[in-house]
Amino acid sequence: MTLAPDRTSISPTAPHVSEPTHVAAPHHTLNTRLSVSGGAERTHPPKKSGEPNPMGHLTNEQIEQIGIELDAIRAEVMNSRGAKDAAYVRRIIKTQRTLEIGSRALLLFSGVKVKGVRPAFWLGTAGLSLAKILENMELGHNILHGQWDWMRDPKIHSSTWDWDMASPARQWQHSHNQLHHTYTNVLGKDTDLGYGLLRVDKDQQWELFHLGQPIWHLVNAMFFEYGIAAYDLELRGNLQNWDQLSDEDKATFKANLHEMLTKIRKQCTKDYVVHPLLSGPNFGWTLLANFSANIVRNVWSNTVIICGHFPDDIQTFETDSIDGETRGEWYIRQMLGSGNISGPTLLHILSGNLSNQIEHHLFPDMPSNRYETISPQIRDLMQRNDLHYTSGPLLKQAYQVYRKVCRLALPNEEPGRTRWSVVRGEFGKVLKGQGGARTKRHAPSTAV
Amino acid sequence: MRHMTAAPPRPARGVLPALTSGVWKVAAAAATPIVPTEILDMIAPLRAGAELRGRIVAIHRETDDAATVVIRPGKSWRGHIPGQYIRIGIDIDGVRHWRAYSLTSRSDAADGTISITPKAIPDGLVSNHLVRDARPGTLVMLDQAIGDFVLPATLPAKILFVTGGSGITPVMGMLRNLPLHPAADIVLLHSAPQPQDVVFAAELAERAASGQIRLSVRHTDVDGMLDFAGLDAEVPDWRERKVWVCGPTGLLDAAEMHWAAHELTDALHVERFRPTIIEPGEGGEITLLDSGLTIDADGSTPILDAAEDAGVLMTSGCRMGICFGCVVTMRQGAIRDLRTGEITTVEPGDELPIQTCINAVAGSCDLEV
Repeated sequence: MTLAPDRTSISPTAPHVSEPTHVAAPHHTLNTRLSVSGGAERTHPPKKSGEPNPMGHLTNEQIEQIGIELDAIRAEVMNSRGAKDAAYVRRIIKTQRTLEIGSRALLLFSGVKVKGVRPAFWLGTAGLSLAKILENMELGHNILHGQWDWMRDPKIHSSTWDWDMASPARQWQHSHNQLHHTYTNVLGKDTDLGYGLLRVDKDQQWELFHLGQPIWHLVNAMFFEYGIAAYDLELRGNLQNWDQLSDEDKATFKANLHEMLTKIRKQCTKDYVVHPLLSGPNFGWTLLANFSANIVRNVWSNTVIICGHFPDDIQTFETDSIDGETRGEWYIRQMLGSGNISGPTLLHILSGNLSNQIEHHLFPDMPSNRYETISPQIRDLMQRNDLHYTSGPLLKQAYQVYRKVCRLALPNEEPGRTRWSVVRGEFGKVLKGQGGARTKRHAPSTAV
Repeated sequence: MRHMTAAPPRPARGVLPALTSGVWKVAAAAATPIVPTEILDMIAPLRAGAELRGRIVAIHRETDDAATVVIRPGKSWRGHIPGQYIRIGIDIDGVRHWRAYSLTSRSDAADGTISITPKAIPDGLVSNHLVRDARPGTLVMLDQAIGDFVLPATLPAKILFVTGGSGITPVMGMLRNLPLHPAADIVLLHSAPQPQDVVFAAELAERAASGQIRLSVRHTDVDGMLDFAGLDAEVPDWRERKVWVCGPTGLLDAAEMHWAAHELTDALHVERFRPTIIEPGEGGEITLLDSGLTIDADGSTPILDAAEDAGVLMTSGCRMGICFGCVVTMRQGAIRDLRTGEITTVEPGDELPIQTCINAVAGSCDLEV
């Protein structure tokens, strides 16, 4: 099996002149990320904040070599996918469905008291929470990434799967698979960087709104699926710039919104009407159980995801640093822009193997059950190249994120000014009616 | 896409159907976003109304490289006419593959089973698997029987079957469904490389002994290929016979030429196993089936870029193979993954969703765009 295509050797016999006389139109140029070797000499200048470029210490040859090694690791795994992997995902599907049906059956008796407690309520809520977590992460997220498309089973396929989330699968695939995974941790391009809600990097501009972010963060975690849905719709950007949108964009937005509301209505009808009604006199307890399971699932998936990108030691990248980016550079950005959670196998499964966020970001379409097995190779490769492999236990990583969310609620110190004086200055502007700082924000760019 | 959605119960009138439909609606609302049939499939994959599946119940060895696979089809099975074939989808190394096989069983077996008789061939992934590795108990996907390589309702007075290799399978399906003393004069000319390669050898001999057929078996390693020019000697009345031919492409081509040369094409029925063989190449033609447009592309340009260069804007995303936003359905052809060099082929009649941003055409490919 060959590695990445070697474009320069496609026609080795053709004695091309070194300087082409015609420059092809942009879309004629192949995506530079398809190749580990860059055409032009690449440079890695420091960031605007003065921080060094995260891959500044590597030569172009080293970066190319990293790309070749990672392509080889990918090829080895992808060529060995087989019956065991297929059995794994089918087993998870079966387990998840059995657990969900069992828990919902138990919840039919959610109000029944035995010796002062309601065992069906507690067991059913716990079971349903687990089932929703499995469905959301190890199944939904990963199947929608195309990790199981290779099985050619139309029922377990990225183009047909749907999940128990507010976001319609296709809309989420656009904002997640395409934007977030392509532009991981690129300031201004990766809207996952704080979800347009939080300031999680010093290099992100501070606004008055961020003062409340410790609270926004908690609310976002509890209702994460709706946060994600609003974010998939680019709700705020679209509403703020409604007058500037073309008729076509408006129509697309309305169609997406309609699709999403239909989906949300169905999800809510299921959890808050149908199942409570089926449990008859236990209506209220079942409703509470379903609501709780959704909150548990939301907080869990939010926690796993913030631990994947926002703990200390995880790098961000300047917008213009990715122009003409090679496959090797893209790989390095994925490794430095992600962090792992260490823990037992159960944690890996319940996190949808996003505990191996670094491996997932390198190979988003690799079956999730393989991430843990390649992680020693990835760790070794990063250490050899003096790249920090971020990994830690769940609580430690989550603590770092919460601490960062609190710290960055305040602006960076400016020369001659304390953080509080910057805050007071912004308040002053608002009070004088110069408009809130929010209006300075640019809608996230979604151009590809 | 095929096998994609399960059909809800069909609407009907009356109290019971109305109740059933009501229950179904509640079940659908309780299970969303999955449909309740998905859950029923976990428990009863062969139930009535389910997508057609089957369970392998037995595998009998026929020769060194051929075996009869007995399958119990699900309750959605609509039956078959002898001579027809089914497409079977089976998971091998975790990947589902679809192939077509002629039915060799009776169409009215008392136990409701059907059977196919694949022959292992070099590079024949599915046939090799079915003959050597498949085990009873395996669940397979099925399509309803199709094909017009069948006998007419009123049997012709004189029939000639010409078969080569596993081309005997649809004819065996017909013979098993005919009475042992049919009201027809049947001649079967069968060719196989060597005596031990003849599938159903014993049963064919029995049927010949009982008078159902007049059998002539040719061992091509010794006797050479069947030459239709010599047919007068072997079957003097061949011109009066309705003819069914099934076997390798060479045999079919020769038969078509022979009967055409004698202006007897109407009497001839042929069954081709593999109408086209996909041979990967470097670059080639991309056919967009919806618009009928054909694009020439080289072997190093992603299909997505080639289409855009030709003015066709296809669905796209990350352009580096990670987001699966550019997936379209390939109906047939061969493509090459520009990252790994890996070739993927899709045989006619099959289909596969592919990523256009990292695959280049390798020979030719037909896309549903």
